[in-house]
Amino acid sequence: MDYETVIGLEVHVQLSTHSKIFSNASAAYGGEPNEFIDPVTLGLPGALPVTNKRAVEFAIMLGLATNCEIRRFNRFARKHYFYPDLPKGYQISQFDEPICERGSVEFMINEAKRVIGLKRIHMEEDAGKNIHDSRTNSSLVDLNRAGVPLLEIVSEPEIRSPAEAAAYLRAIRQLVRYLNISDGNMEEGSLRCDANISLRPVGEMKFGTRTEIKNLNSFKFVERALEYEIARQTGVLRSGQEVQQQTLLFDSVTGTTRPMRSKEESADYRYFPDPDLPPVVVEESWIREVQRTLPKLPSQWANELVSEFGLSMYDATVLTTERASVEYFHQVVSAVGNAKAACNWVTSELFGMLNKAGLSIEQSPVSAKDLGELIRLVETDVISGKIAKGVFEEMFSTSKDPNAIIQEKGLKQLSNDDDISKVIKAEFDANPEQLAGYLGGNERLHGFFVGQVMKATGGQANPKKVNELIRKEAAARKS
Amino acid sequence: MSSLTSLSVHEIREGLKAKKFSCVELTQASLKRAKDLAKLNCFIQLSEESALKNAAAIDSLIQAGKDAPLLGVPVGIKDVICTKGVRTTAGSKILENFIPPYDATVTRKMITAGTVSIGKLNMDEFAMGSSNENSAYGPVGNPWNPDYVPGGSSGGSAAAVAAGICPITLGTDTGGSIRQPAAFCGIVGLKPTYGRVSRYGVIAYASSLDQVGAFARNVRDCALATQAICGVDPNDATSVDKEVPNFEASLGRSIKGLRVGIPKEYFIDGLSPDVKRATSEALKTLEGLGAIPVEISLPHTELAVSVYYILAPAEASSNLARFDGIRYGHRAKGDLDLKELYCKSRSEGFGREVQRRILIGAYVLSSGFYDAFYVKAQKVRSLIVKDFSDAFKDQCDVIVSPTTPTPPFKIGEKVSDPLTMYLNDLFTIPVNLAGLPGISLPCGFSDNGLPIGLQLIGKPWDEATLFQVASAFEGATTWHTRSAEIN
Repeated sequence: MDYETVIGLEVHVQLSTHSKIFSNASAAYGGEPNEFIDPVTLGLPGALPVTNKRAVEFAIMLGLATNCEIRRFNRFARKHYFYPDLPKGYQISQFDEPICERGSVEFMINEAKRVIGLKRIHMEEDAGKNIHDSRTNSSLVDLNRAGVPLLEIVSEPEIRSPAEAAAYLRAIRQLVRYLNISDGNMEEGSLRCDANISLRPVGEMKFGTRTEIKNLNSFKFVERALEYEIARQTGVLRSGQEVQQQTLLFDSVTGTTRPMRSKEESADYRYFPDPDLPPVVVEESWIREVQRTLPKLPSQWANELVSEFGLSMYDATVLTTERASVEYFHQVVSAVGNAKAACNWVTSELFGMLNKAGLSIEQSPVSAKDLGELIRLVETDVISGKIAKGVFEEMFSTSKDPNAIIQEKGLKQLSNDDDISKVIKAEFDANPEQLAGYLGGNERLHGFFVGQVMKATGGQANPKKVNELIRKEAAARKS
Repeated sequence: MSSLTSLSVHEIREGLKAKKFSCVELTQASLKRAKDLAKLNCFIQLSEESALKNAAAIDSLIQAGKDAPLLGVPVGIKDVICTKGVRTTAGSKILENFIPPYDATVTRKMITAGTVSIGKLNMDEFAMGSSNENSAYGPVGNPWNPDYVPGGSSGGSAAAVAAGICPITLGTDTGGSIRQPAAFCGIVGLKPTYGRVSRYGVIAYASSLDQVGAFARNVRDCALATQAICGVDPNDATSVDKEVPNFEASLGRSIKGLRVGIPKEYFIDGLSPDVKRATSEALKTLEGLGAIPVEISLPHTELAVSVYYILAPAEASSNLARFDGIRYGHRAKGDLDLKELYCKSRSEGFGREVQRRILIGAYVLSSGFYDAFYVKAQKVRSLIVKDFSDAFKDQCDVIVSPTTPTPPFKIGEKVSDPLTMYLNDLFTIPVNLAGLPGISLPCGFSDNGLPIGLQLIGKPWDEATLFQVASAFEGATTWHTRSAEIN
């Protein structure tokens, strides 16, 4: 019996607004414990929430970027449970009236476009952090994070493999970073993922029993946890048993999932509309305004790279992984004009070195302007492509501009016809046997003389010229 | 009774300007009277030191020629309203040692208006009650007869004014908690339109019903105090940006031709004869002033108490979830796991009536019952709202009723049966459900000398008409001149 994997993801995105979703306290990351608080964050008696309009705007932006229907009349609901990191004893969220519905997320996987449906996006507030202190056997509560705005993105159960899940997650991360609504950082918790997974016999329409995996805080863990769960559930089903509906935690050390310690999972949240918050009405005019100022999306950037610069979709996708990258690329192109050369240098040389050094494009020691200049120097034959690679490495480790390096190291390409011809003549004279063979028609000896000339010029002779002039000199010798 | 404590706001301001006395002297007189009448238990806490310090500061301001609408007036604040640095208990053990690090907006407004708070007033715990017998700090005595209840939940606020301790106090009203004690104590108390006054810093009972309002011995003082606290607040998303008219300008105006709606559902069999008599006489007085009585019907009145006792506890169960002993308030002692900590802290800290309402609230919000109770109650609520808006559309300008079905009862008389207590709020609850402004003013006495109140209900945002009618009624009667001779 073959089983089909059915995966749905619930992704929480922490928004990068200045203040919290329902109060003026700072929404910044980090800080001393309980530094970013106020009466509303603390849930003091008498404190009241007031909606942060910017958070709503960010929700609309994401909704538009994912082709969702934007709800006009939005209410907040209270979700009740008791836990020390939840100051009011309830979380302000949205229940049956989410701000965005019925959208989709697109991404490339295995060189093909994939579209996953979005069920809904809703706004809610984050909880604080509970830290267990083993020295004193007590729990420490830090409410800095309490009240930070979150968007919860719920996908349709249309994801069919762990690799697809990771790609979907990456696509969301890319989107929120392009929109500038979040830095989408899984390690810091500004992007979180819970996964729902079930199996069903191929061809079966009915869904199987699903398990929920929580606490996945990296793309790799998402994939591995889902792979493990597929294997586990397959084993259960193949042995004739039923999959238990459970909430699971992923243990990254062992690479396995295990049931969460029961925290009264079947809690009744007693949702009801929050009476402290009037409904947020999203007028058409507001949506239009947000649409007008919406940052260009990754797919738009990629399409433009293909149509404007003739790049392949593959290259365009690589360049648009981060908006900073495509912006960098554009700067290089405006410095040098040759898009294909710029693309090659950025995607292979620059990205290669950045990855090795563990740096992001924003941290690149080579500025776009300088890289553009380097490419221009190659284009204008001042240096050869091979020399340029060396210069680039030097630029990367010193951040010096290419001209300074070329000057310092005397790397200017030898392009003067007479100078090169002189060297060629000398090599011809120094190697009479090979010259005879070459003039006699042995093509392989052409390469020999190219090598000799390059050696004699310390690799700085312009290879194109060397080729040309060797043939010219040879022709002259023949006659 | 010291003559200083019997002064009206106007007399206080005139006297201070004329240097007949100082703010410090006024404050001292209030504090003394509060202490002399400690048996009434109006105050959970007197702030003697800070009051005198503030009074001295105000005397300096007066010397410097500064002015403010209520400059120099001693006031009391219901202990459900946060006062920075001053213990605020909400009448509960669970907040026994809670000192707010911030002021409620209305507290700030009273300070800006120039008042001196002499202390925090006793109340039914978390504003849940109609007699002030649910306070963790003891019951409050009615100044007219201390064996009787002053009403609730703002019992301390009403008693302090009726006893001549302060000319003005602040209370809150969720189902009648200003109007009913005002009636029981023979004074004026107004609940503004929902959204008129900021709830920021007011410890929440039922968010969609709570409003802050003022008590006073006469209509003018009540208008002045109400003026000081009204206004939209960016910290309260449910406060409304509506222009606040000058309420004083409504006083002394004729009510000739004004149509006074008399809801037939409010004049029920269960009405005590005393209340019936006093209300009828009051209606005659209004007619004598030129008002036109119009019989109206508010058909869903009999559902109001049921609706209230579903919605208010629901919101309360949610609002009181934050009292978990973690960040502030009472925390149970001992080696407890998390669940035990929560249960013990809350069981020890909350009184019986509060626990009762939390349980009811959790029940009506629970899955399986939410639609049948909470949603249904909200739907019926909208019918009650419509009853009023239909009446106000073209039948009447203001609605009149008794404030309560009975005169004040004895302390201990009704505590055994919560339901009987709940029915006390029959006439006041609908007003909160509809978010309308309502005022109670003295209109007579029962056979055993206890006050009876007349309720006026206004259109949304129309406190002005309430003050107008109240002022006219006051001008034609002498109820407000009688004071509880208590020493």
